[in-house]
Amino acid sequence: MAKMMYRDAIRGTIFQEMQRDPRVVVLGEDVVGGMGTAGGPEAIGGIWSTSTGFYEAFGPDRVIDTPISESAIMGAAGGLALAGKRPVAEIMFADFIGVCMDQLWNQIAKFRYMFGGKSVCPAVIRMPCGAGYNAAAQHSQMISQFVTSMPGLKVVMPATPADACGLLRQAIRDDDPVVFLEHKFLYAMTGDVPDDPDFVIPFGHARLARAGEDVTVVASGMMVGYAETAADDLAQDDIGCDVLDLRTTSPLDEEAILDSVEATGRLVIVDEAPPRCSLATDIAALVANKAFASLKAPIEMVTAPHTPVPFARELEGAYLPSPAKVAAAVRKTLAYR
Amino acid sequence: MQLNREALTRAYRQMKLIREFEERLHEEIQTGEIAGFTHLYCGQEAVAVGVCEHLSERDKIVSTHRGHGHCLAKGCDVTGMMKEIWGSQEGLCNGKGGSMHIADIDKGMLGANGIVGAGAPIAVGAALSNKIDGPDADGKLAVSIAFSGDGACNQGTTFEAMNLAVVTKAPAIFVFENNHYSEHTGDAYAVGTAQDIASRAEAFGMKVWRADGTDFFSVFDTFGEVLEFVRTPGNGPAAVEFDTERFFGHFEGDPQRYRGEGELDRLRATRDCLRKFREKVTGAKLLTDEDLDAVDADALQAIEDAVKASRAAARPQPENVLENVYISY
Repeated sequence: MAKMMYRDAIRGTIFQEMQRDPRVVVLGEDVVGGMGTAGGPEAIGGIWSTSTGFYEAFGPDRVIDTPISESAIMGAAGGLALAGKRPVAEIMFADFIGVCMDQLWNQIAKFRYMFGGKSVCPAVIRMPCGAGYNAAAQHSQMISQFVTSMPGLKVVMPATPADACGLLRQAIRDDDPVVFLEHKFLYAMTGDVPDDPDFVIPFGHARLARAGEDVTVVASGMMVGYAETAADDLAQDDIGCDVLDLRTTSPLDEEAILDSVEATGRLVIVDEAPPRCSLATDIAALVANKAFASLKAPIEMVTAPHTPVPFARELEGAYLPSPAKVAAAVRKTLAYR
Repeated sequence: MQLNREALTRAYRQMKLIREFEERLHEEIQTGEIAGFTHLYCGQEAVAVGVCEHLSERDKIVSTHRGHGHCLAKGCDVTGMMKEIWGSQEGLCNGKGGSMHIADIDKGMLGANGIVGAGAPIAVGAALSNKIDGPDADGKLAVSIAFSGDGACNQGTTFEAMNLAVVTKAPAIFVFENNHYSEHTGDAYAVGTAQDIASRAEAFGMKVWRADGTDFFSVFDTFGEVLEFVRTPGNGPAAVEFDTERFFGHFEGDPQRYRGEGELDRLRATRDCLRKFREKVTGAKLLTDEDLDAVDADALQAIEDAVKASRAAARPQPENVLENVYISY
């Protein structure tokens, strides 16, 4: 085990995979940083510090600094993958998915199915996402609802440094296209990360972050920490929560969700995205359909409102879920009848 | 083009106002009072002002993430903008948008933008609207302007917008401000046409101009020619590339390690549009140093007043989050 930040777990994992497999390549805007300037390559080293040192170690063929051209980045990742490489592309802010949606949705996600199962597209699309920096409507969004809804994509939302490492290694080694949703606010989170260079976390298996008998709380990404904080506070009042960290939203660990709800009879879903056609509604539908008889109370959803992300500190604070909102939802399900 | 004292004073004040707005924000951001990402326009003032001094409120502009200069030059209220950047309920966008999303539709300012390259298609749409509205009594069309940087010139949206404008003969003007850095990357690396952006517009079938973006008079005179051409019904769009400089980083907090030794000092000494303006107008005895010093003091006071008002301005309330998504639902 080594203590490290979430961002360093991501950087280190890509670096190790690039050493291990010459097919792994990195591309994105400013992933080298400083190309064509007096400061020269690596003057910046990626704005998230997730690709520092790559250019020096692996050179320009495998560390491709791109102009500001998201459609070209996304499409090139698809082409690299179809041609046998294992690209790890960075879309600097997940919001920029809007610029390159066709290449992801109509191309990368559909290649294998359209081509009769005769192709693989082992592309990893890293998308720093989420609110918390007052970066306003076009630099703060949670996009899990779009990508999870697209058949053909796998979607990962790591909540800890260890998961960032194990899930990213799995993503790079996976033969399907993977959207890797890194929460910007988690980059500085510190935690233990296994040293094993083959440490992988298989997709489709949720993690039980807290165990309790009263209420099931399902979360992903940054929302896991909020759910854990809420669960710890509620434990002071002898309220026990199962906190399930989904880890991947596609594939979805339906069994873990259903097993927990069958045991607790109460469900709170925490989702940073707006409330319509989201992970929250998807999981609520799953439980209503398959565990209806177990429910002792209506399902509660703690989500962002049906609005864009606002700028001002007070407004963004009101927009985001919070541990207090999660705790209130847990108490509400317990108060039912 | 010979400008009278009044027009020269006004242009200088606009540039100085932008400069002081940005210099003050650079200081204020370090105190932590201002939230979010802020991209400063310092160094490029002559472009925004040299372009917008020609325009009326029926002409539209679409801006970028580095939009404060365009907003001020197009007539957005300085205090309303400052309050917006402060996240106040009294800001131009009620604290919903912040630095990257300032807009004032009534002034013909259709928005700064957080997405690189997103502005050009919007400007073409506004230009198509100008075309439908037709020429005024003098036979001239209103125009719509897309401000884009050397970063945005590499986006497919910008290419598509240029072609659409050409084939529809939309009265759109593509103003490319080449400040030589797309975020942290040099145009020597990222702009493939030998760092020349205008040639791309030319290849789409547009008439193009090029000028020194650090010289107000060069911008103003060149843009006058561009505008004369595009305002004439039937001519369609045009493009102009201004060679300019960015005096601060991509965003506030950018360590700028990509800069050369002494680069910023050299740019401030040799490529400062305000300094050049002062030298030119005092040298030609059009205005005196005392005239310009008085404008400086006036601009500085306007910024001081705006900051003071922003500090005291009403904060948004949590319930405001739910407002403005729709007119009614």
